[in-house]
Amino acid sequence: MRTLPRRLGVAIVVAAIVVLLSIKLNSFRDYQIAEIAFEVTAVAGLTVLTGLSGQISLGHAAFMAIGGYTTALLLLHLAWPFYAALLVAAVVTAVAGAVVGAAAARLRGPYLAGATLLLGVALPAIAYAWPATFGGDQGLNVAFTTPAFLGVNFPPTRWLAWVATLVALIVLVLLANLNHSRVGRNWRAVRDDDVAAALDGINVAAARILAFVVSATCAGLAGALLAIVTTLVGPGSFTLTVSISLLTAAVLGGLGSLAGALWGSLVIILVPTYVTDVATSHGLSASVGSNIPIVAYGVLLILVMLVFPQGIQGGLTRLFSLFFSGPDQKPRTWRTAPTPHVTPSADQAPASQHEKEGTL
Amino acid sequence: MNRSRRLRWQAAAIMTATVLGVAACSSSSSSSTSSSSSSSSSSSAALTASAPGITPTTITIGSHQPLTGPAAPGYDEIAPASTAYFDYVNANGGVYGRKIIYKYLNDAYDPTTTASVVRQLVLQDNVYAIFNGLGTPTHLAVVSFLNSEKVPDVFVASGCECWDEPSTYPETFGWQLDYVREGKILGQYVAQHFKGEKVAYFYQDDEFGMDGVKGLDDEIPASQVVSKQSYVDTNVNIAPQVAALRASGAKVVISFSIPAFTALLKLDSLKLGFNPTLVVSDVGSDPITLSGLLESFAKQGGATVNGNQLTQGIITDEYLPALSTSDSWYNLFVKIHNQYDAKEPLDGNFFYGMAVAYTFVEAMLKAGRNPTRADLTSAIESGLPQGPMIAPFAYGSDDHDGVTGAYIGVIQNGVVVQQGSVMTTDTTPTGAITAYTGTEQTAPASGVPSP
Repeated sequence: MRTLPRRLGVAIVVAAIVVLLSIKLNSFRDYQIAEIAFEVTAVAGLTVLTGLSGQISLGHAAFMAIGGYTTALLLLHLAWPFYAALLVAAVVTAVAGAVVGAAAARLRGPYLAGATLLLGVALPAIAYAWPATFGGDQGLNVAFTTPAFLGVNFPPTRWLAWVATLVALIVLVLLANLNHSRVGRNWRAVRDDDVAAALDGINVAAARILAFVVSATCAGLAGALLAIVTTLVGPGSFTLTVSISLLTAAVLGGLGSLAGALWGSLVIILVPTYVTDVATSHGLSASVGSNIPIVAYGVLLILVMLVFPQGIQGGLTRLFSLFFSGPDQKPRTWRTAPTPHVTPSADQAPASQHEKEGTL
Repeated sequence: MNRSRRLRWQAAAIMTATVLGVAACSSSSSSSTSSSSSSSSSSSAALTASAPGITPTTITIGSHQPLTGPAAPGYDEIAPASTAYFDYVNANGGVYGRKIIYKYLNDAYDPTTTASVVRQLVLQDNVYAIFNGLGTPTHLAVVSFLNSEKVPDVFVASGCECWDEPSTYPETFGWQLDYVREGKILGQYVAQHFKGEKVAYFYQDDEFGMDGVKGLDDEIPASQVVSKQSYVDTNVNIAPQVAALRASGAKVVISFSIPAFTALLKLDSLKLGFNPTLVVSDVGSDPITLSGLLESFAKQGGATVNGNQLTQGIITDEYLPALSTSDSWYNLFVKIHNQYDAKEPLDGNFFYGMAVAYTFVEAMLKAGRNPTRADLTSAIESGLPQGPMIAPFAYGSDDHDGVTGAYIGVIQNGVVVQQGSVMTTDTTPTGAITAYTGTEQTAPASGVPSP
């Protein structure tokens, strides 16, 4: 019980920092804060699914698509206020998560990976089938205006950064509480040994489905945020590459750790722009400079996996315990997952990235 | 355990050293832009920072370009060519003494990335205008953002009709031949030269392809069209579509595709022994880009082909002069190319990049010595000289389309050979297609447009 005030305190401190940063930094950085916020929301959901309940999803962008399109359609056709659309998007993706979760609870390892991969590839393609409703390849433009009380000169990106951060923080606090509750303990029990968990009276299938519902809801919220932040939802926003990069962020940050979700998202969003800036400021030729971010991304991934096999958060915990080796330094074992049913190998993500970028 | 950990650190150290090495190499090859100051000779008012992105000495403009990904082959040469032209102008007095700084970022032809990089350019780098942003799906992701920020969005590198909406998007201007006009001109040629033959379409499933089909349908009798197949640029498996085209028995296939998919269409047709007359939209038909793609795709599939042989006989259209040494623009652009951009091939993309940059300099000169953002858009709306184009521009206060005409060409031995005269038309279904009687302009001796 006493951990809840602590988590709320952390969330409020983070919110204060984000507000300060958003005022201090330029509008583009505000936009990046908003991007990081929706990335964190999705990655946190995925890290709970894979790291805590031991199920893998290679198609999480599909849930983002459901959330994004729901929001876009509600805002476009019914002119709903954004927060209402956000709630509906969460509910719709939760239902979708329950359906997929019910199927997923019967599948293991590579079969689950295959099924979710199928979902990730097939679902965004629905947009092509009904271009009149979903705008086809172009997608739907989402109009989002800042509330009137902020005045006309208030930068819209700052407001977006605030909204997205608020949603991300609420999601993180709720997930942290869930993980520490009986639900979280059940998930870890199912992940580590489902037979033992069943013998202990845990309903394994229900636990697995619930994990999918929670995770899908997070992805749906992330998709809704993406819709208003980028003012566009289209099949191009929810490709397989997006699904893989979500998983990459989760693994990079430290599977099963919510703080890790933040580190992973920071890397995914900030490294490409930073490296591009460095490459262009060094006057590299376009053909070299434009490929440097992909190289840097791959190198970073390999380095983290070599040096911190438990992800960035796992590495930080280890470093911390090295420097401050106190009596209670033993890291809590649940924070980082052992082996989920399918361990996403470090080279999987950059390979797919490369496939998309390179071969054609 | 101990050994594996040591190995791990060794590997990490090697990786780090490699990265540092790469960084060091890159910094040694850094090219500083020439800083020869050019004092403006004209004696009018002092140069001021009249708009975002404009200082007394510079004009900063930005763009999103596909430097990696499915649309990169060929198109990634356009922005370097534009940069070369701007470098040339900068070295020859600039625009009223100001140097043009052209910052283009890679969006990999992915709309979400476009949304991000264009915001970086506008919100962080404070560019004066977005120039020649490439791609229909990509640019659609930012067109409303640019217009709400009142950033001039000039000469979009796409022929979508969506840029010609002056009331909704007053900041946005097309430049190249729009796909409706292009479809009509290609359609008329096919209707006249392949009377009664079975015709099939192959097109990209977005505004690009659909605008083209709209224009084609205006000219080709519906009874002649036996099949319409589309593709999505994220899926390279087009075998089912090609099989359907073959099954339709079409003698002519008209393709509104980006170069990579024109090449795939050709190769997949070959595999099935299907050999129709190919008619390809200008954006997907640059012979040099195509033959390179054909050879590299075939190589990936373990085959060897002669690219030039495969492009032989493809019918296309052109709104820029033929790449020939008898053309004054070609000679000018080749001279600049050899000086500033010699690494890129001398193909249609290089010519495109130079020509659109030339048009931009024309517009900037017309916008005045100390232009605001609105001055640029009203300068374009008051009309621009046709410059290197083979037909006039449509620009007006109620028309944001670019060039209005093209000629039909056939690829022979890797070059587009003009057939017949330049045809101009409008975007309406019934608008006549007429031969253009005006003459092409000659390139200025200085290589820089006069104000």
